[in-house]
Amino acid sequence: MTGTSTSTGQHAAPPTGGDDPFPAEFSHPAGRDLALEMLRRMYAVRLFEEATIALFHSGDLPAMVHLSIGQEAAIVGACMATTTDDYMTGNHRSHGHPIAKGARLDRLMAEILGKATGVCGGKGGSMHLADFSVGSLGESGIVGSAIPVATGAAFAAQVRRSGQVALCFFGDGAANEGVFHESANIAGTWRLPVIYFCENNGLAVSAKMADTTAVPDIAIRAAGYAMPGVVVDGQDVLASYRATSEAVARARGDGGPSLIEAKTYRFHEHAYGLAVPVPYRDQAVVDAWFDTVDPIKLFVERLLRWGLAELAVIDEVRGAVERDVEHAVTFAKESPYPPPEAAYTDLYAETPEGSA
Amino acid sequence: MSTSTTRRASGAERAAQLGFLQAINEAQTEEMTRDERVVLMGQDLRANVFGAANGILERFGPARVRDLPLSEAGSIGLAAGASMAGLRPVVDLTVASFVFGAMDQFVSQLAKARYMFGGQARLPVVIRAALYYHGGTAGHHADRPYPMFMNVPGLKIIVPSNATDLKGLLKSAIRDDNPVLCFEDANLWGRKGRALRPAEGVDHLVPLGVASTPRAGTDVTIVGIGQGVYLALEAAKSLAEEGVSCEVVDPRTLVPMDWAVIEESVSRTGRCVVVDPATRTCSAASEISAHVVENCFGALRAPVVRVTTDDIHVPFSPALEKQIYPSTDKVIAAVRRTLANP
Repeated sequence: MTGTSTSTGQHAAPPTGGDDPFPAEFSHPAGRDLALEMLRRMYAVRLFEEATIALFHSGDLPAMVHLSIGQEAAIVGACMATTTDDYMTGNHRSHGHPIAKGARLDRLMAEILGKATGVCGGKGGSMHLADFSVGSLGESGIVGSAIPVATGAAFAAQVRRSGQVALCFFGDGAANEGVFHESANIAGTWRLPVIYFCENNGLAVSAKMADTTAVPDIAIRAAGYAMPGVVVDGQDVLASYRATSEAVARARGDGGPSLIEAKTYRFHEHAYGLAVPVPYRDQAVVDAWFDTVDPIKLFVERLLRWGLAELAVIDEVRGAVERDVEHAVTFAKESPYPPPEAAYTDLYAETPEGSA
Repeated sequence: MSTSTTRRASGAERAAQLGFLQAINEAQTEEMTRDERVVLMGQDLRANVFGAANGILERFGPARVRDLPLSEAGSIGLAAGASMAGLRPVVDLTVASFVFGAMDQFVSQLAKARYMFGGQARLPVVIRAALYYHGGTAGHHADRPYPMFMNVPGLKIIVPSNATDLKGLLKSAIRDDNPVLCFEDANLWGRKGRALRPAEGVDHLVPLGVASTPRAGTDVTIVGIGQGVYLALEAAKSLAEEGVSCEVVDPRTLVPMDWAVIEESVSRTGRCVVVDPATRTCSAASEISAHVVENCFGALRAPVVRVTTDDIHVPFSPALEKQIYPSTDKVIAAVRRTLANP
């Protein structure tokens, strides 16, 4: 057993307490807006996914969902360090990434219900959200498979000298896929503007990281590919934002790729409702996380402590997100299913006239 | 078989002709000149080990000409991502047997990204790979894997049978907004693949999905793929001496297939032989045969016959290898079999 994992296959609680000085990021005039936007996006991921749980129980959900609940701070901090012009890819635990990148909730929810108004027209579903309008080049249901895609987007940005970066989300399980290593080597060699962001929740479905992975920290692997690798507290949205901002600045300045590992927690089962026959983690410990390491709760406490927001403001932020999510659910439920012939469209692009 | 009809070309004849590697060089150079979004990536590219990248680095610079590490999956995914972000990558995968290490990227990303994301993505990627069989390369370098990819919707596939078609198809492929796999039969690198050079100053394009008919005939349709076209033409020449008139159809593109030309030809001749260097089971020949039977049944006067590589891996020894592939003799025998039915 390594120092960073416990018998539940999860990380030890991050060190807390001590000084928590008012952060420089929030000191400038727009600092409060930045802090509240972080909060808003974390609520958006949380409440959107809680709505999918309700849809699961009401029988409206046509498939399982893989929830990011517990991992919101890592995702939101990373995405907020980029703009909607930057590229992003992700994985099967997919809702949080496009939400945090700025995609509209209604079209994402419609996609999850398989509706014509879905962001992928109902062809992708929960695991394969993509919203090119905000730089989301797609989530991959095949673990690790989108890592080279993000690397390629960064390559395009480098060749076009566009100043864009690519943010590549993957998990600790995917860090054992060959394409992670192939991609990281290419990025390190070509100095590509890509940020490999590992949401390490300590589990690949049921397999504990210590049982499947030779090193205690994925970030160690950065050394093999000539890029900086850092570990951050994945429950701390500001830590994720800071590390990713540094990596983005480096990438935009031709300083090459970075690897960030956010140690985080998967609060729910691999897929919501999945029945795993043999218990592989202590449910009492998992239940306690909602009190001890809930990233939203932790951030709210700090906002109050720093005097950046009063409870009423926080309730207002949450209330606005609740209304957005309610609208998204209504929009998704009321939207029509695609007609049968839609199954046969979007396979090939029409090559513009005159180009061939 | 028929080697007496071939001889060494004179210097003047050679100048009027185009070879396979020349065709690739010209297509790439012309398209990279025409469109700065086109980038070239491959193993051993800068050293031009395979001969398909003459002067490319000097002409277009290191940003657009990249030597890839031995990372086939990473490379194909890289090209997919780059195409989704505005480039038009051409990847030289060198030997077609190397596709297997990248299968997930071909199928899960390159072929599916556009469909699964509801048409948001465009993936203008060309992947070139040589069918490097019939030369003592043995099981790990001699595959002809294009039928596997015909089974994956979302990819386009070309298998040119001569250098002039190769140039025109490759240029069209680079301009196409979809992933195109170009399988190049290495047996055509030399004399067999040479063809009349397009006229000077002409932007020579062969559209994808359009078959050609290199020989017209009335008794039997022989559909050839890659070197299969050469074998079909040799067989047709020999059979003509016996008074058998063979029509040779070259699909050139396997996806999308030009079914209209094949159906029209078979409907006229009533007989069909398909020559395909791929392994027999679920080969391109199998698909073409099934299609012909389903759609031209009323016109058929004999069973459709496939001439393919046998269902076996490629053995190394010269004493073993040659027998497993299609040959002119096998094509002639297949045509005779169709003629046994009056």
